[in-house]
Amino acid sequence: MSSVMEKNTLKYGSGFPTLLRKEIKRFYKVAFQTVAAPVLTAILYLMIFGHVLEGKEVYGHISYTAFLIPGLVMMSLLQNAFANTSSSLIQSKLTGNLVFVLLTPLSHFEFFSAYVLAAVFRGVVVGFGVFLITAWYGMPALENPLWIVIFAFLGAAVLGSLGLIAGIWADKFDQLAAFQNFFIMPATMLSGVFYSIHSLPPIWQTVSRFNPFFYMIDGFRYGFFGVSDVSPWTSLSIITTFLLCVSAIALRMLQTGYKLKH
Amino acid sequence: MTAAISIERISKNYGALQALDQVSLKIEQGEFFGLLGPNGAGKTTLISILAGLVKADHGHAAIMGADVQKDFRQARRMLGVVPQELVFDPFFTVRETLQFQSGYFGIRNNDAWIDEIMANLDLTSKADSNMRSLSGGMKRRVLVAQALVHRPPVIILDEPTAGVDVELRQSLWQFISRLNQDGHTIVLTTHYLEEAEALCQRIAMLKQGKIVALDTTMNLLSRYGSVKKDGEGKTDLEEVFINIMSGNAS
Repeated sequence: MSSVMEKNTLKYGSGFPTLLRKEIKRFYKVAFQTVAAPVLTAILYLMIFGHVLEGKEVYGHISYTAFLIPGLVMMSLLQNAFANTSSSLIQSKLTGNLVFVLLTPLSHFEFFSAYVLAAVFRGVVVGFGVFLITAWYGMPALENPLWIVIFAFLGAAVLGSLGLIAGIWADKFDQLAAFQNFFIMPATMLSGVFYSIHSLPPIWQTVSRFNPFFYMIDGFRYGFFGVSDVSPWTSLSIITTFLLCVSAIALRMLQTGYKLKH
Repeated sequence: MTAAISIERISKNYGALQALDQVSLKIEQGEFFGLLGPNGAGKTTLISILAGLVKADHGHAAIMGADVQKDFRQARRMLGVVPQELVFDPFFTVRETLQFQSGYFGIRNNDAWIDEIMANLDLTSKADSNMRSLSGGMKRRVLVAQALVHRPPVIILDEPTAGVDVELRQSLWQFISRLNQDGHTIVLTTHYLEEAEALCQRIAMLKQGKIVALDTTMNLLSRYGSVKKDGEGKTDLEEVFINIMSGNAS
């Protein structure tokens, strides 16, 4: 057995890359559940809504199926980014193995960055999978790919941060499910995935503008068609502000050890 | 020489419950130290404060001179903790678990050391087994391996032999004793007092958040034990413990 004195030869770097790799490997090990299942769900949405609303056009010239594809891609991306951080954290908390991360020199910022980047990665993998399969039904245009990338990254980061907050806050799976089913799910479904808000009565158009998820979908869709319900710059400013707010809350929770340490 | 563990006037309350009350303690480098006390005495709270899992209300604690709050990175590099609960990540194999734990400390290319730890804990044949498939004893060994993966000079074992069979208990103590001989400072909490008596050079006893006895094992036995009329005149730590906790110690 080597002597304790040999410890002095060790070079310590950051634990961030390892935590990021672990979080990615965690969902990759159950890829049927974390990647394949959400892709299948999105395909079912497309087949049903695309068939029922066949022939309808949005923005005057875009087929409903093509309009629906970016919405489904973004919805899957957002929901899976949220699921990655929230499920990983609550499982680690309830089984107790989070202690192995808390005992290390990882800072709260490294912890936050690793979890959120892993969530972005899963969200993008699922979103890309949905796009590849659904595009076969009607390839949408790719007017501004840079906007697509920006909104995909920001949207996934927002939901990854929200997942972190929910995972830290929830003491049991039931509370996490409530957060997901009564906040995340309605906010994404009512964000314009299946419709343009201009097709809604004026009161619901106004209500939709208070939903930050609407700007994620709308900005993302602008990248495909070059048209959207609001300016992509407006969407970008609102999402960036929202990301800064949820990141600040998540970082504060980690820094103070809220529900993680006494 | 810097103390391996330095605790100065640490207090901790959980609401109305005072878990620790002005606890001060110094553990020197290379010691095999026992931290004993009944359930709820404050042992795990004290360990959690040293590990940075609990923040003390008052006082300071340092590992190898590094403050556990202000210099938490250095303090945690110097400390390995074997937790009391049998916890594990069900997604990964034994080797992955140890590689990740090493990586959290920012240590790359640590496979030779990981192989050495696994060999010493008889885990080599289970290296590629998922954690879920291991027996309780094997999982306990992995917990010990995880605490050692970053080669900490100070190791805290919080009831490491709870629910462990005799064979594993003996092999675990042989391994821990070897680490101590190599220079590691070992802090042990256990309810098996014969283990503490056999292994620990010095012992602190906690009762209701206060240290009620702190001395070498030999001195505790001679000061607080009564001479038995069993022909050998031998007293044991269990008797000393009962005497101290019941307030009968002279």
